[in-house]
Amino acid sequence: MVVYKPSSRDRLEEADIDRIFQALADATRRDILRQSMLREQSVSELARNYSMSFAAVQKHVAVLERALLVTKERRGREQIVHSNPAALRRAARLLDAYEALWRDRIDRLGDLLSEPGTEAPRPDTPGNDTRKDTQQ
Amino acid sequence: MTFVSSSKDTENLTLTLVAEFAADAKRVWQVWEDARQLERWWGPPSYPATFVTHELSPGHRSHYYMTGPDGEQPHGWWEVTSVEAPDRLEFIDGFANEDGSPQDPEDTSTTVVTLDEDGGTTRMTMVASFRSLEQLQRMVEMGMEEGLKEAIGQIDAILAESPVK
Repeated sequence: MVVYKPSSRDRLEEADIDRIFQALADATRRDILRQSMLREQSVSELARNYSMSFAAVQKHVAVLERALLVTKERRGREQIVHSNPAALRRAARLLDAYEALWRDRIDRLGDLLSEPGTEAPRPDTPGNDTRKDTQQ
Repeated sequence: MTFVSSSKDTENLTLTLVAEFAADAKRVWQVWEDARQLERWWGPPSYPATFVTHELSPGHRSHYYMTGPDGEQPHGWWEVTSVEAPDRLEFIDGFANEDGSPQDPEDTSTTVVTLDEDGGTTRMTMVASFRSLEQLQRMVEMGMEEGLKEAIGQIDAILAESPVK
């Protein structure tokens, strides 16, 4: 059971939402997403559908990837793109959020461990910073 | 106090996270073992955790709650399933009623923590596994504002509806 620090949570989720809407705001990207939903295919296969360079298509795929809408996987020399079904997208997003929460915990844990510890068995932690006081 | 790496398995709903601390394993173990120290990092300052009972011994059930900015107090429980101090800790956890009893004893996630000390530095590996998306979502969303939950729900709806012809 976990709870979010509001600031980091909002940033994360809003950034998430922005990425999805940004990714879907472009007609080519929407088409790439549709194509890869029909069947997985390589970036080069996808590129044949459009009158733009391979590099340009690759960039579009990268935007979709950042929004967790597709996943890219290297198979030999090919990069295969497949769409993330809704459940996988949701899983990826939630695991991201859970990771953010644990990163915050690790920050706090690091602060706690770097305190000049009365409880610490060894008082030899280097670079102690006494600014980091109890937060509650 | 360094985050090292993470990996996610979306099929099996598992998060693995590795961090390193400039402390020996015994010291890092204390922040898990001592409820007062655990409280200082488990919840964010805006949502602090209070452990009513806590003990790292096999079969022991911990009960804690968190206190949100509006005074809401969601409760949780842990059951320690395996302890090898100061190297390894495994527990299951879930949502609790106010008395610390599980809301649903089957609705649990599993966390495995391992500590590897090397020359005064301790590498902590945390692997969390969830049983279902619903469970993971509930864990992540606890304390999240309603508006944000709705926004996220809307996106799912939009994506689910986008026609694939």
